Amino acid sequence: MRIFAFLNRDVVCQQAVELVTDYLEGTLSRAARRRFEAHLSGCPHCTEYLAQMRETIKLTGQLAPEDLTPQMREEFTDLYRRWRSEQQ
Amino acid sequence: MDSDAELVRRLRSGDEHAFTGLVERYHQPMLQLAASFVPNLAVAEEVVQDTWLAVLRGLDGFEGRSSLKTWLFRILVNRARTTGSKEQRSVPVADPEPAVDQSRFDGAGGWADPPEHWIEAAEGRVEAGKLAHRVRAWIDDLPARQREVVLLRDVEGMSSEEVCTVLSLTEGNQRVLLHRGRSRLRQLFEDEFREVR
Repeated sequence: MRIFAFLNRDVVCQQAVELVTDYLEGTLSRAARRRFEAHLSGCPHCTEYLAQMRETIKLTGQLAPEDLTPQMREEFTDLYRRWRSEQQ
Repeated sequence: MDSDAELVRRLRSGDEHAFTGLVERYHQPMLQLAASFVPNLAVAEEVVQDTWLAVLRGLDGFEGRSSLKTWLFRILVNRARTTGSKEQRSVPVADPEPAVDQSRFDGAGGWADPPEHWIEAAEGRVEAGKLAHRVRAWIDDLPARQREVVLLRDVEGMSSEEVCTVLSLTEGNQRVLLHRGRSRLRQLFEDEFREVR
């Protein structure tokens, strides 16, 4: 278990970057979270790294689906009409 | 968008716009997800078409126990899975690939080549659409299982429980895949803005 591997010592940067998702998902143990946060408080690079992971999630979440082409819109309207006529 | 119950009511009652609105919203993400499971885009398109018909035919059976979105994606993934697999799906989840290339750390595990700043440069560019098609391409280039999780969790904004339901994953595996996928995307953002400097 990677979490137990560092319970008795400080987190180094290379370990911290592997814990980011567990941290954001809230699945670290309380002790592990404290150690992770203690590392961040003394490490501007890992703090930046965490901010970048948050930004990555945010930007990915802003992708909007591309518009349907008029032709596709027509096809789907047909599909819906066919289904409706099956219903009746 | 309307509540699921309201939308389902409109779909059943013959409201074409309710249907095209739903297709507008989910067709492309469904296509992107389907492409992960089948050999080519043409097959993915067939799977998605079949899914839409199955969705319409199954409307009466939709009981609202999951969200409409989860239900849609679940139908899609089941169809895509039975249609044919693109690659060995038994690839282990926990690939050994690190979140950050190990060459960027010193012997003690500290940063030797720390993350370069890019957040300010990226802000607004995705919204403005300039970066959006690149980010889409990055997601498409992720290993299939990472791509599936990132699409549902981060692009579609589903909860981890919903993603586990749709993709039949354990929470732990879902988290590992999410971690790998997000870590890769972060690196690609960094690379993107390092190049333009």
